[in-house]
Amino acid sequence: MTIEWRPGADQAALIARAEMLTQVRHFFAQRKVLEVETPLLCQGAPTDPHLESLLVNTNSGIRFLQTSPEFAMKRLLAAGSGDIYQICKSFRAGESSVRHNPEFTMLEWYRTGFTLAELIAEVIDLLQQVLGSQPIFEASYQQLFEQYLGVNPHPISNDTLAELGQKVAGRELDNMTRADWLDLLMSQVVEPKLPPGIVVITDFPACQAALSQVAEDNQANQVAKRFEVYINGVELANGYVELLDSDELAQRFAADRQIRRQQNLATDVGDDYLLAAMQQGLPACVGVAVGLDRLLMAITGSSDIAKLLSFPCGNA
Amino acid sequence: MANYSTNEFRSGLKVMLEGDPCAILDNEFVKPGKGQAFSRVKLRNLTNGRVWERTFKSGESLEGADVMDTDLEYMYNDGEFWHFMDPNTFDQFQADKNAIGDNYKWLKEQEQVEVTLYNGSPLSVSPPNFVDLEVTDTDPGLKGDTAQGGSKPATLSTGAVVRVPLFINIGEVLKIDTRTGEYVSRAKGQ
Repeated sequence: MTIEWRPGADQAALIARAEMLTQVRHFFAQRKVLEVETPLLCQGAPTDPHLESLLVNTNSGIRFLQTSPEFAMKRLLAAGSGDIYQICKSFRAGESSVRHNPEFTMLEWYRTGFTLAELIAEVIDLLQQVLGSQPIFEASYQQLFEQYLGVNPHPISNDTLAELGQKVAGRELDNMTRADWLDLLMSQVVEPKLPPGIVVITDFPACQAALSQVAEDNQANQVAKRFEVYINGVELANGYVELLDSDELAQRFAADRQIRRQQNLATDVGDDYLLAAMQQGLPACVGVAVGLDRLLMAITGSSDIAKLLSFPCGNA
Repeated sequence: MANYSTNEFRSGLKVMLEGDPCAILDNEFVKPGKGQAFSRVKLRNLTNGRVWERTFKSGESLEGADVMDTDLEYMYNDGEFWHFMDPNTFDQFQADKNAIGDNYKWLKEQEQVEVTLYNGSPLSVSPPNFVDLEVTDTDPGLKGDTAQGGSKPATLSTGAVVRVPLFINIGEVLKIDTRTGEYVSRAKGQ
């Protein structure tokens, strides 16, 4: 039996990655955004029921490998760092496909005093800098659901949503939250129909707020002040008007733990350091995370993430 | 049978779905960054050949199907059932019309075919890609016309009707591609 010791990426892919990283760093240097590093091994972990952290046994106890640098970067912001960005590895258990690797490279940045629209514009600037000029399409979550599913995702009842979802799934699914049904419809009906180029989706349903602020839209729907960016139909970036209220954060952690308990998932998650930092005060800010391996897929036109990783998890 | 979780779904895995044994053809992992992960699965229902598309939540599981592919010798047809025998154990199996389908056309006595057994009973048969069968009826061959095109129907010993070149005569043994039902050549040794 031969052992596949060779890299997943060819030389051209290694060079394309290095060039992308150089361009990204140059982009932020020009804009006076500070590059930072935060630990990969953390005592806290996100409560989000759909993120499974990997655990590492260390001399000082169990640590979580970060699923994103969000918590630590917010602690830097609370301590007065000003605008910051980071390029780092993030880890998500169980995510493996032609578009997922459990260990992947993330670009995350925060802007104080920016509006969400300004951050979206900056994301588009960065993408066009590395990808060249792209067609740009912007729509709200509601517009896309109305166009492709004929329903308004905000007032729709859970029962109607589940009915629609089961039709798409071809079977009954148990233990599905409202957010899960929305994810199913989004990923299986809407995403495949997104136009090529850069697509920005804004104003998500409030139940998918994660750590973004919730506000009323002009039709009095509660929406999450959040956006996602797709490139050629592939999800690439996720940005928020960051939640500032520490009581609200504690409530969301508790609500997530409740769902985790019902679904038999680990409940010893959350982050007291982040809570303490936010009690002291996080400056008003917006933040966004970009999957750089996915961006490299768009740059090189590759449809398999494993071809762009020096060593994909299968032979890491 | 064992249960298989979505992350074990691989092409070829046989599972029970909605009461029927199915073979997984494709499993696509779909996960929004912050959202629920799903497996979008294509399966072939082994009882009727239909392809199903179904979505599962990641981590859901299905019971494995007691489905096994085995080489059996075709013995005879009694008018209702097709009878097969395991050449090693001499166990006998009978398959009905649903299991045999159109493949009766390629079953030759004393020859081995792959039979898919579900809970010990034949579910389907897969004949070899090529079989040699004798022509039992066709129009008389045209002498000298061995190269140029043109074809005619010929009935084979199993009842199958295939298009053959004009020069073929009754009694000749032909090599047939069972996947397309097309004539390939005269059988070797002719």
